[in-house]
Amino acid sequence: MKYTDYYAVLGVKRDATPAEIKAAYRKLAHKYHPDVSKEQDAEQRFKEVAEAYQTLGDKEKRAAYDQLGKQQPGEEFRPPPDWQRQYGETNFSFEDLDFADLFSGLRGARSRRGGKPFPEPGEDFEIPVDITLEQAFHGTDLNLDLGIPEYDAQGAMRRVPRNFTAHIPKGATDGQRLRLPGKGGKGLNGGRDGDLYLRIALRPHPLFRVNGHDLYMDLPLAPWEAVLGTSVEVPTLAGAVRLKIPPGTQSGRQLRLSKRGLPKPRGGEGDLFAIVQIVVPEKPSEQEKALFEQLAQASTFDARGNVKREARHENATH
Amino acid sequence: MKTQLTEVLWLEAHPDIPLPELAELSGLSAAELLALTEYGVLQPVDAQAEEPSYRAACVVTARTAFRLRRDLELNAEGLALVMQLLEQVRSLEARLGELKARLPGGF
Repeated sequence: MKYTDYYAVLGVKRDATPAEIKAAYRKLAHKYHPDVSKEQDAEQRFKEVAEAYQTLGDKEKRAAYDQLGKQQPGEEFRPPPDWQRQYGETNFSFEDLDFADLFSGLRGARSRRGGKPFPEPGEDFEIPVDITLEQAFHGTDLNLDLGIPEYDAQGAMRRVPRNFTAHIPKGATDGQRLRLPGKGGKGLNGGRDGDLYLRIALRPHPLFRVNGHDLYMDLPLAPWEAVLGTSVEVPTLAGAVRLKIPPGTQSGRQLRLSKRGLPKPRGGEGDLFAIVQIVVPEKPSEQEKALFEQLAQASTFDARGNVKREARHENATH
Repeated sequence: MKTQLTEVLWLEAHPDIPLPELAELSGLSAAELLALTEYGVLQPVDAQAEEPSYRAACVVTARTAFRLRRDLELNAEGLALVMQLLEQVRSLEARLGELKARLPGGF
């Protein structure tokens, strides 16, 4: 097992007072709590901070920790032979324990000392799962390898590898949660098993942007296509469809392809919106240039007519 | 050991959850849940009902509240305020995501 320097994690001296340890924990907890923090690695950092405080914030556990002596962080080490007898009263199997598990084992051991066992519900876990837009559209089977912490009859914690195949039904979208009842931590002394929550996150798609069950995509059109109208092929998650572009289509207009978005869990589908973008040739040929020049001469179209009218109106009222 | 999961539930498609069950699922006491309800952090399905029940999505809110109270040692008022601000952030982020999706080029 690898040694962790809990004092360094909290950024306090080894002789810090309980009040100093609490203050350091609070400061870091505010910064890294995954429910409020926007820091990149908040979840991992908060785990380390909480783990450090769970041990150093408890008089008994801190004494047990100090007894281990100072080691190099990350160094392989084993607790001294009489350590567990003195503090844990528990037969740990050190082989497959984390450093953190050593001290959470103490909690189980101590609560047992308090007399008759009472039922404790198993822990709930929430894990993020990344799926593609295509997987959300069709539904998918995800293979999950998890290490679920479990407490044995002695109160010692160990991570039990669990391998699940979870079927994600079609209709998933960003931020939705699936609940897998009873698949979290095991309950103790007859308490119910915890639940496992899967939080769905959609991977960004090169073409489609997601809002709820609606999809948005850019639809580039050449100026003449927008003016004259046309029919173009538009990709959708269910395959390409033809979309009619009415004459005089302006840039920014949203063309709705009804029911071509993501399916909804309780039936129905979102829509797909194609947002028109009028694009021009970056390097027009001589002939194209000549034709545009001809158009410029012939056209009476005033692209900024509205802007000029508003500007005149503004000047008149001031 | 390989397990095939049969019972997978969309949280949003879950039946409504009565107060005692929400307490059990979230780790908060019934009194704490009622306090959060009074602050408007949790909305009962029927405000007039004798014993309130909640939409399943409230489990997520209640569990977040439980974690924050436990880890940051907040009192009831502080917790309600944090939860209200988090909801504001969430709704602003949802709005931002919607606008981003609508923007040409997606930026």
